[in-house]
Amino acid sequence: MKQNKKWYDYLWIVSLTYLILGFFNILFAWLGLLCFFIPLIISVTMGSKSYCNKYCGRGQLFALVGGRFGLSRRKDIPKWIKSHYFRYGFLIFFFAMFFLMLWNTYLVFAGSKDLSTVVTLLWTFKLPWHWAYHGTLFSDGVAQFAFGFYSVMFTSTVLGFVTMLLFKPRSWCVYCPMGTMTQLVCRARNGSSPHNT
Amino acid sequence: MRKAVVDTHVCVACGCCMKVCPRKAITIPKGICAEIDQKLCVGCGLCAKECPASVITLEVCEK
Ligand code: SF4
Ligand code: SF4
Ligand code: SF4
Repeated sequence: MKQNKKWYDYLWIVSLTYLILGFFNILFAWLGLLCFFIPLIISVTMGSKSYCNKYCGRGQLFALVGGRFGLSRRKDIPKWIKSHYFRYGFLIFFFAMFFLMLWNTYLVFAGSKDLSTVVTLLWTFKLPWHWAYHGTLFSDGVAQFAFGFYSVMFTSTVLGFVTMLLFKPRSWCVYCPMGTMTQLVCRARNGSSPHNT
Repeated sequence: MRKAVVDTHVCVACGCCMKVCPRKAITIPKGICAEIDQKLCVGCGLCAKECPASVITLEVCEK
């Protein structure tokens, strides 16, 4: 396919680098906050999903690995995954888990809990990750947040890869909480039909 | 001739379709759902193949 590539078509490199950095120093996980705030700010201030449509490196990574490298069965995603129930349900679950993670971080900040140097996969499996922790200048809570946040990013990447293999390359985008949330923001901001206003 | 049609109710506005359309017929106005300019669409079906939610179909249309 011949297309004029723009600078933002290479943002998958950033996403990949982010994942790799987490293996060396967990504190880099903090940078992932950008993938939370940028799409949100774009949707709130501009009322568009241009983050998804143009800049999201994770979507590009899946498109590249599943599409260009062919690591995808390219089958239709099951109906229930694209249903509103599942998408909104997953969004709620995701944020519930996110706040639980923030709460744990708070406990470590407050000193009532010890730092745990694990990355939790799929909210369940604790992977030892101490080798990516070399101490922090600040409170242990800073590191705890990094572990927690990297767990979120790692889990969503793994889920995304699994659905990429099973269905279409960017299947993750169907139930991605950020995608769902920014679409909801856009809906709320612009009325539910694109022809309104 | 066949043209691409989006089931707007289930579109997730991800923009995968937009990226592959050779005619640049697809836009996602206001981040809500994809919209296909029927005048530009040539019915190649690339967008339908790419759409992760599989919500694009090719429908036969008059003229
Ligand atoms: S839906 Fe999620 S993964 Fe897909 S482009 Fe949007 S933010 Fe990126
Ligand atoms: S069928 Fe082809 S020309 Fe029509 S919108 Fe889809 S990709 Fe574009
Ligand atoms: S690829 Fe499918 S779900 Fe994504 S914006 Fe296009 S029509 Fe909507």
